[in-house]
Amino acid sequence: MSQETVTEIFSHELPATQWDPKKKAIEEAKIQVAMIGFCGCWGCHLSFLDMDENILGLLEKVTITRSSFTDLKRIPHHCTIGFIEGGIANDENIEVLEHYRENCDILISVGACAVWGGTPAMRNVVPLEECLREAYVDSVTAVSGAKKTIPYHEDIPKITNKVLPCHEVVKMDYFIPGCPPDGQAIYKVLDDLVNGREVDLPTEMNRYD
Amino acid sequence: MSRKLIIDPVSKIEGHGKVVVMMDDNNQVTDAKLHVVEFRGFEKFIQGHPYWEAPMLLQRICGICFVSHHLCGAKALDDMVGVGYSTGTPMLPTPEKVRRLAHYAQQLQSHVTAYFYCIVPDMLFGMDAAPQQRNVVGLVEADPELVKRVVALRKWGQEGIKSVLGKRMHGINSIPGGVNQNLSQEARDRLVNGEDGLISLDQVIDYAQDGLKVFKDFHDKNRAEVDAFAEVPALNMCLVDEKGNVDYYHGKMRIIDKDKNIIEELDYHDYLDYFSEATEEWSYMKFPFLKAHGREAGSVRVGPLARVNVTKSYDDSCPLAKAALEEFHDYTKGKANDMTLHTNWARAIEILHSAEQMKVLLNDPDLQKEDLILTPVDNAWTGEGVGVVEAPRGTLLHHYRANKEGNITFANLVVATTQNNTVMNRTVRSVADSYLGGKEQAEITEGLMNAIEVGIRAYDPCLSCATHAMGQMPLVVKVLGADGKMIDEKYRCAS
Repeated sequence: MSQETVTEIFSHELPATQWDPKKKAIEEAKIQVAMIGFCGCWGCHLSFLDMDENILGLLEKVTITRSSFTDLKRIPHHCTIGFIEGGIANDENIEVLEHYRENCDILISVGACAVWGGTPAMRNVVPLEECLREAYVDSVTAVSGAKKTIPYHEDIPKITNKVLPCHEVVKMDYFIPGCPPDGQAIYKVLDDLVNGREVDLPTEMNRYD
Repeated sequence: MSRKLIIDPVSKIEGHGKVVVMMDDNNQVTDAKLHVVEFRGFEKFIQGHPYWEAPMLLQRICGICFVSHHLCGAKALDDMVGVGYSTGTPMLPTPEKVRRLAHYAQQLQSHVTAYFYCIVPDMLFGMDAAPQQRNVVGLVEADPELVKRVVALRKWGQEGIKSVLGKRMHGINSIPGGVNQNLSQEARDRLVNGEDGLISLDQVIDYAQDGLKVFKDFHDKNRAEVDAFAEVPALNMCLVDEKGNVDYYHGKMRIIDKDKNIIEELDYHDYLDYFSEATEEWSYMKFPFLKAHGREAGSVRVGPLARVNVTKSYDDSCPLAKAALEEFHDYTKGKANDMTLHTNWARAIEILHSAEQMKVLLNDPDLQKEDLILTPVDNAWTGEGVGVVEAPRGTLLHHYRANKEGNITFANLVVATTQNNTVMNRTVRSVADSYLGGKEQAEITEGLMNAIEVGIRAYDPCLSCATHAMGQMPLVVKVLGADGKMIDEKYRCAS
C-alpha cells in the first residue's frame, strides 16, 4: 500500500487581507480580551451581549481577539483577559484551555458549566456504553437494516469520560456563577478589571439558577 | 501532492465545527465536509428525571433558542398529561398566546443576534476583508448608529422574553397544560411605550426594517455573486397553519419541492413513520431524511429560507412583512428559492414578521387574562408526548415517554440544525468547488476560505443544539489537572 503524502493547510495561516494600520493601532492599544465557549450552550456569550448598551462603552477600552464573535481562529498575541464559557468535554477543549492559560493573564470561568460542569456534567453519572447504545444503536430514528455507525474519525475530537469544570484542568482566576450570569454581572466584573479595580461582584448580582 | 485545507474552528456561529476540503494534484476538490466536533448527551441523562423537569433542563441545550426548546418540551408534556393537541383538547387562549409571545420575542432577538453580529460584517466589509475587521468590533467602528439600534432591538426582544419567563435566558413559563403567569399590564405597557430603558413598539417596527435595508443594498451591489453563491437543491419543510402558511408554534409538517408541490404533509406525532437519521463516522451530527424518498432526495432544508419558500402569504395583520415576502416570492417567479445567501434575506423578513406578530399580541387583551391552565380530566395521563415548533433555525422536535411514576424513560430530539446537515454539506461542497476548484495552492487565500464559512453562517447553525446526543468515547487519553495529577482517563468503547 502506497502512503500518500497530504499537506495540511489551515485557513488562518493563508495570506489574508491586511488590516488597516490605523485601525490596527487603535485596537491594539486597547485591553486585549480573548473569549471561548467549550461544552456549554453559548448562552454566556449571549449574556455578554446582554450587557446591552454598556458594550459600546466597554469596546472603547477593550478589543476582542479570538472569539466566536470574530474570525480570529487563534489568540494572535498575549491577552489580558480570557473569558471562558463551558466545561471541558474533549481532548481539544483541554488543549485550547491550556493555550488560553498560557496566553492570558487572567482567566474567568463564566457561568455554571465553566464553574462546575453545569447541565452537561449530568452525563457524568451515566455509564458510557449506555450512552453509546442510546444514541447510535438503539435510536428510534436509526436507519433500519443499516450498519450501526458510531462517529470516530481523525477530524473530530476524542470525548472525555466526564465533563470537567475548567479549574480542574488549569488555574482559573475568577468565577461568575449562574445559568447564565446576568449580562450586567459580566459587565461589572469586566469593568472592574478594565479599570484596575479589585473585582467586587455584589451578592445580589450573583445568580445560581 | 494532495492538500487538506482546514477551517478550525468555523467562527461566528454557535457551537463547534470544522471544515476539511481535500484537493488533488490537479487542483480539483475531491471532498469537502463540515465536521461537528462536540457532543453532550441530553437524551440519555434526562432519563429518570421527573417529566416536568424536561422543559427546564432541555432548554439548556441552547443559549439562543431556549424558548423553542422550552415550548417544544411543554407541548410534549401537554400531550403526556392528557391536555395536548393529540387529545383534541384545545389549549386555552391566554396560555397559548403567552407562549407565542415569548416565542416571537425569542425569534426577534435570535435572528437579530445572528444576522447583525455574525452575518452582516461579511456583507458590509466583504468576505475577503481583513479577518480582524469582519466582526462586531469592526461594525461599531464603521457604523456606530446601526449598532446602537441593533443593541436596542435585541434588548427589547430579550426583555419581551423576560416579561413572561422571568429571566432573559433559561427562565420558566410553560407548565403542563398552560403557563405559570400571564403578561402583566405593566410589562405590556413597558414593551409598547418603551419605558425604563426600552425602545417603543413603534421604534421596534422601524428598527426591524434595518436588516432588510442592509440586505437589499448588499444584493443590489453584488447581485450576480449573491445569486450564484451555493444554489443547492433541497426539499423545504416547516410547520404550517390551515392556510398553508408558516406557524412558528403549531401546525402540520409540510414538505414541498422546487415547484412548491406538497410532497409530504404529516401530523408531527407520526414523525417516526416518515423520518430516519443516518450516522457518519466523521461527524457527531446525524443526517435525517424522509424514508420514502431516500437519503439524497429526501433530505430537507429547514429555517428561514424553507419557511418563506413554503409560506404563501403572511396575515394582513403583518403588512410590512407581507409586502417583503411578496417581493421575495416574485424574485424566483413562484419557484422555491435555493440560493443559500437568500437565507439572509429570508431572515431579515422574519425579523420584521416577529416584530409585527408581537405587535398583534401586545394589543390583545387575552394576554392579561387569568385563565392560565387546563387541568386534565381523571385518567387522562398518556405517558407520552411529542412537541414540535419552528425554532429560529427551523423545525424542532422533542419526544418523551415517562412511566407511571412520572419519571422520564425515553427522550428523542430532532433539532433544526441536524435537519440542515445534508444541505449545509452540499453548500460547503458547492462553495469549495466554485471558490477553490482549479486554483494552485499559491492562489488560495484566507478570504476564499471564508467564503465557505459565509455559506455555513447563512444557515445560522446551532451546533450546540445539534450535538445533544451522546457520541463516541474513544482511545485512552489522560487528562491532567492544574496540579499535574491525572483526573480523567478516556478510552474507546468496543463498538
